[in-house]
Amino acid sequence: MVEITLPKNSKVQQGKIWPKPEGAKNLREYKVYRWSPDDGDNPRVDTYYIDMDDCGPMVLDGLIYIKNKIDPTLTFRRSCREGICGSCAMNIDGTNTLACTKGMDEINASVKIYPLPHMPVVKDLVPDLSVPYAQLSSIEPWLQTVTPEPATEWKQSHEDRTKLDGLYECILCFCCQTSCPSYWWNGERYLGPAVLLQAYRWLIDSRDEATGERLDNLEDPFRLYRCHTIMNCTQACPKGLNPAKAIANIKKMMVERRV
Amino acid sequence: MSKSSTIHARPLSPHLQVYRLIPTMLMSIVHRITGSALYFGIVLFVAWLAAAAISKEAFEMVNGIYGSWFGRLVLFGFTWALVHHMLGGLRHLVWDTGRGLEKATATKMAKATLAGSIILTVLLWIAGYAVRGGL
Repeated sequence: MVEITLPKNSKVQQGKIWPKPEGAKNLREYKVYRWSPDDGDNPRVDTYYIDMDDCGPMVLDGLIYIKNKIDPTLTFRRSCREGICGSCAMNIDGTNTLACTKGMDEINASVKIYPLPHMPVVKDLVPDLSVPYAQLSSIEPWLQTVTPEPATEWKQSHEDRTKLDGLYECILCFCCQTSCPSYWWNGERYLGPAVLLQAYRWLIDSRDEATGERLDNLEDPFRLYRCHTIMNCTQACPKGLNPAKAIANIKKMMVERRV
Repeated sequence: MSKSSTIHARPLSPHLQVYRLIPTMLMSIVHRITGSALYFGIVLFVAWLAAAAISKEAFEMVNGIYGSWFGRLVLFGFTWALVHHMLGGLRHLVWDTGRGLEKATATKMAKATLAGSIILTVLLWIAGYAVRGGL
């Protein structure tokens, strides 16, 4: 259901302005969403100042600076710091992306950071991703075959292998998933761009033998067809992948098997 | 034991409130709004036809309302909604073939929908007035 405003307990309030680091000349302002399960307060946006002469260039570097030097209670996920683990996915400067690959120099004025949109918040910038994970398992993202297993490996031509390019690189950060308004309004029933890209990755794999069953599972007004080509997914993907195109290709496969 | 034993209900993270409007997203919203607007536009059109079927006086009354500056403004909006929705529909038709979905192309198509709809609407009205031979 479309709900334009936030529920009462989710309305964001003005937060604390933290003191500027002493003696710093080159400051950068961060506005960060905060919410803690330990008190009954509404979420708020805190303002921090980062000493750019003492901090790396990426948005994630700024968050780590805040946690280490200003406010150790700030909570966020991060791991690889090079765009391969997908942990630090968040809404930065109005777009979902990875904090570790987004440069502060790409942002004008203050750096505004929120958790991935329209998700339950566990704490601060950490969203609860249980629903998308469950949706991912529902499409059974593994090789399925009926023919007897070959003595060596399942073989694939070079040509068929290239069909997986632009799909296998997905790191499941869910930047696209949570950028999609259709997913915001129907997240319980619409599978969303990240999960559908994964579904297509297995549909198009020449070695997989469950194509029909996979398509049957997606043939549903909500699971697949809630995609209305809004294209936020493709615009957001920090890996430069194209979930909207993968979804369009699934829709084409649906038509092709009927004619 | 920690002193807090209550876990408070998780808030929903902000969405529309914080997401930057990008051309493809905006044109998707406008496509829906123009689609809904067309329902009301069709009512105006049917009222015009119905008035013509009822009597000369009824037709002249409705025509008078539609011909006023406000009526013309509404009709101009109706024309724009129709043209915008049509171009949006064509864009979706192209996308349904699997083409034009690249990031930059999709953005260009979204911008072209808006520009094209305004240009076409103005041209239609110029053509309309030209056929009528003046305001």
